[in-house]
Amino acid sequence: MIPQEFNYSRPGTVQEAVDLLADHDAKVLAGGMSLIPLMKLRLSAPEHVVDLGRIPDLSRITENEGSLHLGALLTHHQVATSALVQEKCPLIAETAAHIGDAQVRNMGTLGGSAAHADPAADYPAALCALEAKVRLVRKDSERVVDIGDFFVDALTTAVEPEEIITELILPVEEAGTGVSYQKLRQPASGFAIVGVAARIRRDGGRIAMARVGVTGLAASAYRAAGVEALLEGSEGSQADVAGASAAVDEGIEAISDLHASSDYRRHVARVYTARAILAAL
Amino acid sequence: MKTQINVCINGQERTDEVESRLLLIHYLREVVGLKGPHIGCETSICGACTVALNGKTVKSCALLAVQADGQDIVTVEGLATDGQLHPVQEAFWNEHGLQCGFCTPGMLMTTRELIERNPDPTDEEIRHGLEGNLCRCTGYQHIVNAVKSAAAKVGG
Repeated sequence: MIPQEFNYSRPGTVQEAVDLLADHDAKVLAGGMSLIPLMKLRLSAPEHVVDLGRIPDLSRITENEGSLHLGALLTHHQVATSALVQEKCPLIAETAAHIGDAQVRNMGTLGGSAAHADPAADYPAALCALEAKVRLVRKDSERVVDIGDFFVDALTTAVEPEEIITELILPVEEAGTGVSYQKLRQPASGFAIVGVAARIRRDGGRIAMARVGVTGLAASAYRAAGVEALLEGSEGSQADVAGASAAVDEGIEAISDLHASSDYRRHVARVYTARAILAAL
Repeated sequence: MKTQINVCINGQERTDEVESRLLLIHYLREVVGLKGPHIGCETSICGACTVALNGKTVKSCALLAVQADGQDIVTVEGLATDGQLHPVQEAFWNEHGLQCGFCTPGMLMTTRELIERNPDPTDEEIRHGLEGNLCRCTGYQHIVNAVKSAAAKVGG
């Protein structure tokens, strides 16, 4: 359980970090809650590790024109307990509080979890439901990627080897929007067998906006567009919610592992989708 | 590749040359000689290796020693002061919050942070707060009692 040897750099600024990534075939270390276990198992054996852990710019929380900008290095504990995040974007704070355990939440980071893209991670469900945008910076340029284009496959994202995530951009929740994250927790690891994040806004007795993000069911997290379409315009009755939730796995190839078969996961996804919607209503 | 690190462990400054791949738990046990933090699962599940890094509990088997450079570390050895047990230690003693004791160093460190953040926790909050620490002997009830007792002692 000892990682392979590697060279280690700890840049003090984003510019130094992206310069290092441009010049070396390196892995980026944030909190290390995913990367270090992988390196111990030698599933990952980078020659060079660039530790972003001391770049203060990456732990900022700012609000700007209806958006909340969360620095990639914010720990899950910081996201879960920030009064500003709880007020402006309660879904991401609620989701952060469900991740792993206290020690993991003290080290693990928002950007690190997004970049690792574990199919059973919690954040991706919320990020999909929030239609988050991800800022990616490289040596001479930067780009902003929609979350729908960000999660590509299990453990695979749109981040290029020479890029780092600097921040996630989330919407400030409009008044009257209810949110909830509901997950079936794998009891040993705390990962989601299935997790569903919902944002629902009513207007005049009908559902005006519904966003549903799902983790754990497929190789990567996704927005359940079928569920959203069935909910929007409905009255949000028990029957409406049950009918809409049945669409959560439409067109989805459900994963199967020793924790849960694909059929069981589909069933759990429908149940937890309904729970998340009802809790958000 | 070796890197020089400067750390403050239980109030004592020290400097060491370490391999970049050296895990913090191996640094603490094998280089510094502190055998309080235990190696249980070594897969960041069991929490026996829990220490405080800049006041925050972390699993030292999932950190590199180089990440602790310039930081403050407290291990279970640093809890007692002047021969006086820390209130959390006293509470675990009084409430029989341990049997074999293997998980205890981690339990103590996590409890210290738990009651710092939540001075009057419910049973449910205690169990949620200790999710990252596994005990294979007690069935947890005595540990929950100990945490409550420690919270009452520190808060009261």
